[in-house]
Amino acid sequence: MSLFDLFKRRRSAPVARERLQVLLAYERKNRNQPDLVAVLREEIMAVIAKHVQVSQEDVRITMDRGDTTSTLEIDIHIPNASGAAAL
Amino acid sequence: MAKVVVVTSGKGGVGKTTSTAALGAALAQSGKRVALIDFDVGLRNLDLVMGAERRVVFDLVNVTQGVAKLSQALIRDKRLESLFLLPASQTRDKDALTEEGVASVIARLREKFDYVLCDSPAGIERGAQLAMRFADEAVIVTNPEVSSVRDSDRIIGLLDSKTLKAEQGESVTKHILVTRYDAARASRGEMLSIDDVLEILSTPLLGIIPESQGVLRASNVGSPVTLNEPTNAAARAYVDAARRLQGEDVPVVLPVEKRGLLNRLLGRRVA
Ligand SMILES: Nc1ncnc2c1ncn2[C@@H]1O[C@H](COP(=O)(O)OP(=O)(O)O)[C@@H](O)[C@H]1O
Ligand SMILES: [Mg+2]
Repeated sequence: MSLFDLFKRRRSAPVARERLQVLLAYERKNRNQPDLVAVLREEIMAVIAKHVQVSQEDVRITMDRGDTTSTLEIDIHIPNASGAAAL
Repeated sequence: MAKVVVVTSGKGGVGKTTSTAALGAALAQSGKRVALIDFDVGLRNLDLVMGAERRVVFDLVNVTQGVAKLSQALIRDKRLESLFLLPASQTRDKDALTEEGVASVIARLREKFDYVLCDSPAGIERGAQLAMRFADEAVIVTNPEVSSVRDSDRIIGLLDSKTLKAEQGESVTKHILVTRYDAARASRGEMLSIDDVLEILSTPLLGIIPESQGVLRASNVGSPVTLNEPTNAAARAYVDAARRLQGEDVPVVLPVEKRGLLNRLLGRRVA
């Protein structure tokens, strides 16, 4: 067993603890109320649909839930000119 | 056209999710395009083991219900670009998943991937049957221990009767993956031998994964063991098993007891 292994051995439990804290805080909160990110996603999509016709495949949604902040990334490929109404 | 492989066992806690992650990563590391599907509705965990829990937006049920497109729900692994995860839904409604829905998702994944690995929930009920329903092959995860072997036998019965392949008069190709093999206990004759397990289940062996602390460390940090500690004995055993799954002829070696010098002098084994 190398020193590196020893180091890693001690480090993995705190990582597990931190990951669980972030995940469970989020899951507990969302057990009784709708997921804020899901609400945002749906409303943003509805607004977009009012102005442009985009198919679901043209929308990439990624997220990263952190312990203090989360990021929601909505990546929309809007067809040019003819396809899109005035934005 | 992908091969659809169910990772199943009957018994819980034997290493299905661990094995799905490790085999999937090993296949992707060898250049294959791999999709992992978590079928454990209500109790998803493959996202956590893969370290993708913060990035789940949609799940399998969302896709089958048309809420999301398949391409939106698939989460690409941050380390391996040909590895994807389709998370299970956390809904308490066990009937949220329908056979038609699963059929359509799997049919679409077949076109885009080389391997689709289905992580089965424990048990022999609906969830486990849906996970195996469209499989071409099955990895039956078995611990060398009586109740696990018995449950594997029941699962083999289901694979031979309840799958689409079985109903069409063909058969699902079955492999036994022995996990949590403890060489020290084996050497003391306290564990069913591999030969016993294979003879009882009369099914060929895909590999033997030793009991290893590296597996726990990997799940702590959310990384398949083959990526997190490539030289670890369990990781190497998973890489070999993945090669055999692809049809390569890789000889199986029985894990040996690892003893540190001090422990050897004291006649103790390493945990
Ligand atoms: N080879 C192994 N060595 C040590 N621990 C293991 C091994 N395989 C699985 N485990 C542990 O066993 C537990 C159950 O594994 P898991 O993959 O979740 O089983 P299942 O999906 O069959 O319920 C987990 O804590 C996992 O880390
Ligand atoms: Mg599991």
